[in-house]
Amino acid sequence: MKRRAGWAGAARALAVVAAAALAGCAAAPSRDDPFEPMNRAMFEVHEVVDKTVMKPLIDVYTAVVPKLVRTGVSNFFNNIDDLFSGVNALLQGKPEKAGNDFGRVMLNTFVMGGIFDIASDIGIERGGEDFGQTFGVWGFPQGPYLFVPVFGPTTFRDGTGVIVRIAVGPVGYIPDIPARNILYGIGAVDIRAQATDAIGIAETAALDKYRFIRNAYLQRRQYLVYDGKPPPEKEEE
Amino acid sequence: MQRLIQRLCRGAAVIVVAAAGAVPVAHAQEGPEALVKRVSQDVIATIKSDPLVQAGNQARIREVMESKLAPNFDFTRMTALAMGRNWRAATPEQQQRLTDEFRTLLVRTYSSALAKYRDEVIEYKPLRANPADTDVTVRTAVLKPGGAPIQIDYSMGKTAAGWKADDVIVGGVSLVTNYRDEFNEQIKSGGIDGLIKTLADKNKGAAAK
Repeated sequence: MKRRAGWAGAARALAVVAAAALAGCAAAPSRDDPFEPMNRAMFEVHEVVDKTVMKPLIDVYTAVVPKLVRTGVSNFFNNIDDLFSGVNALLQGKPEKAGNDFGRVMLNTFVMGGIFDIASDIGIERGGEDFGQTFGVWGFPQGPYLFVPVFGPTTFRDGTGVIVRIAVGPVGYIPDIPARNILYGIGAVDIRAQATDAIGIAETAALDKYRFIRNAYLQRRQYLVYDGKPPPEKEEE
Repeated sequence: MQRLIQRLCRGAAVIVVAAAGAVPVAHAQEGPEALVKRVSQDVIATIKSDPLVQAGNQARIREVMESKLAPNFDFTRMTALAMGRNWRAATPEQQQRLTDEFRTLLVRTYSSALAKYRDEVIEYKPLRANPADTDVTVRTAVLKPGGAPIQIDYSMGKTAAGWKADDVIVGGVSLVTNYRDEFNEQIKSGGIDGLIKTLADKNKGAAAK
């Protein structure tokens, strides 16, 4: 039964892709999003997968797993991100920020293995740096926008950053493959669960959800690369 | 990456809280920073104490929005900014309808965000502006344990009726800029009336839910 539902979902997804690819041809590609027709098709796939697989999964996760545990899961993954934030802060020549991040990781890891975020409680803010931002600081252009099903919005530059991040670990270095996949899976569920409120708001706000998400993503990444002080935007037209 | 969108929108949730004002006329001399602070604290106090809001009653949340927040936004200016050069191409009637529909959409979005407010704390950054300025940005940050702070900036303009917000920038994402692209696209495919229809349909669809 379950498998049949899965196939039906896949068939529907394919139908949607075909329709979206056709509809997409009408949209004129922009400078930031030259692959808009393909991206829109991917976005439609994402929406179907999200609705039929991810959303029900998240509903169960939120209902079954207590909030305290869910926060612990988020903190655990955040702690690993903080380590890489420190590395990237160094790569961007921000030793002070790097110090903050490394301090956070040390404190949080040694106290409870990263399950509690003690560092935030005592006021050490998360750095939030990543490889994509580092490439931006180094002067690499953002490249074309991409929408990847399940993963979400990205660009050539940011996507490269994510690939570098996965390549350096640490989850990828776990020798036991099922354990590794379980960790990746939990990580994905954690991110999607946290995004639930936000996705609801985007749905309320957007005239065209695809565009709304793309514009917000690109604005946000620009802002992050410039650490909150992006150069003034050129007036359109 | 969804985490990022989520963070933006969680910020949007709190915009709400930090945005506008309760008694617009009584505080004519009030500076933009004091206004943002007073209104956000007033809204937070209401959210925390009102049992209907706590229970997630959408009608009540919208009422709070309309009475406390909406009067402190300059919706006409927001609409004009989001329209860009298309604004001048619109007739006064079209401008009025656009403003009405956009206002409804924004209030509804804020209301849905407001319903998600938890226990975030708002930090107010010192205002860097000259007393003579008529266009300033009030910077705030929303602090939530376990997350990076979300920056929420209010672009404020001085009007005859006091300071009014004309854009909200959440974590670097300007609401007006985001809508400008969407508006532009709608106008390209269906003209200004097409955009009005899209907005009206969206508002009607949501009201029916």
